[in-house]
Amino acid sequence: MPMVNYIWVGMTIIGIIFGIANGTMEEVNKAIFKGAADAVTLCIGLISILVFWLGMMKIAEESGLLEKLSSLFRPVVKWLFPEVPVRHPAMGYILSNIIANMFGLGNAATPLGIKAMEQLKELNGGKDYASRSMVTFLAINTSSITLIPTTVIAIRMNYHSASPTEIVVPTLIATIISAICGILIDRYFYYRRSRKG
Amino acid sequence: MGILSIISLWFIPILIGFILLYGTFKGVPTYESFVEGGKEGIKIAISIIPFLVGMLVAISVFRASGALDYLMEFIRPALKSIGVPAEIVPLAIIRPISGTAALGMTADLIEAHGPDSFIGRLASVLQGSTDTTFYVLTVYFGAVGIRKMGDALKVGLLADVAGIAAAILVVVYIWY
Repeated sequence: MPMVNYIWVGMTIIGIIFGIANGTMEEVNKAIFKGAADAVTLCIGLISILVFWLGMMKIAEESGLLEKLSSLFRPVVKWLFPEVPVRHPAMGYILSNIIANMFGLGNAATPLGIKAMEQLKELNGGKDYASRSMVTFLAINTSSITLIPTTVIAIRMNYHSASPTEIVVPTLIATIISAICGILIDRYFYYRRSRKG
Repeated sequence: MGILSIISLWFIPILIGFILLYGTFKGVPTYESFVEGGKEGIKIAISIIPFLVGMLVAISVFRASGALDYLMEFIRPALKSIGVPAEIVPLAIIRPISGTAALGMTADLIEAHGPDSFIGRLASVLQGSTDTTFYVLTVYFGAVGIRKMGDALKVGLLADVAGIAAAILVVVYIWY
């Protein structure tokens, strides 16, 4: 059984047991329905962003702009995603997702990432397990390179920082290190998998 | 903010203008393509609802019951012994699990310690340089129907650990 099942059940059951032990059952009760409501609100909020950016990206795809973008970074992405044909639209979406993340456009990055996943699934013959490229893509995504951490800058401004943007360069360095580590960790697990056969 | 704020302000409108002009120039029926692409967006948004409801309920039960606090108390000494400041531990733990909670914690830390303090800077860098692994996994895999995640979770979480370590090292190295 996929691991996510155990994690999901584990978090919920441990939460309920703690609720009993800690006397926080009231909070647990509230949390169940608040969590569900929050999730739906989040998805509804995503509709506008998904519709807008996927609409725009469709134009970019049909005009050949996405392919141009991937040809620009071809050597790098070829090394990162050896399983994806260079002219495949998946490459364009992967790159646009990374670029959106770089500029701190989290809301634009999500639709592009989903689209990239969809293409990668197609490349994997529509199977329901994560392919090598998908794991690599996620590794890069979760340690995503950030050029401008907009929300953090906004918070710092709110609390009257003497220099709200002083964290831009440190964040960039930290994020590059973590992206490199992410890629290396991903490679390590891939080779471990392929050795096992 | 100077040039940075100008870039972030101009980036999206310019990008949109460019995509539209380029599409028109290449003879793409822009409006029709936009609508067609947009329709997919609705389908995706609706299809990820169950995944997010499931995950967020589990996460909020785990948090509200006090189990998360307990976990933090449990991990804190270990993290502290490898040099993670105690104040930052909850943020480091929550960052991969819940984006909104992490953002709230970052704001709290910045408010309590000041944006230009060690903790304030560290929280800022940490928030900016890592992402919500659980959310990304749930949404991306959920939307396209990937059931078996393989090594994805392990790789994602280890990458987060690397990101946290990198944030601490960079902040200490640059300012202290």
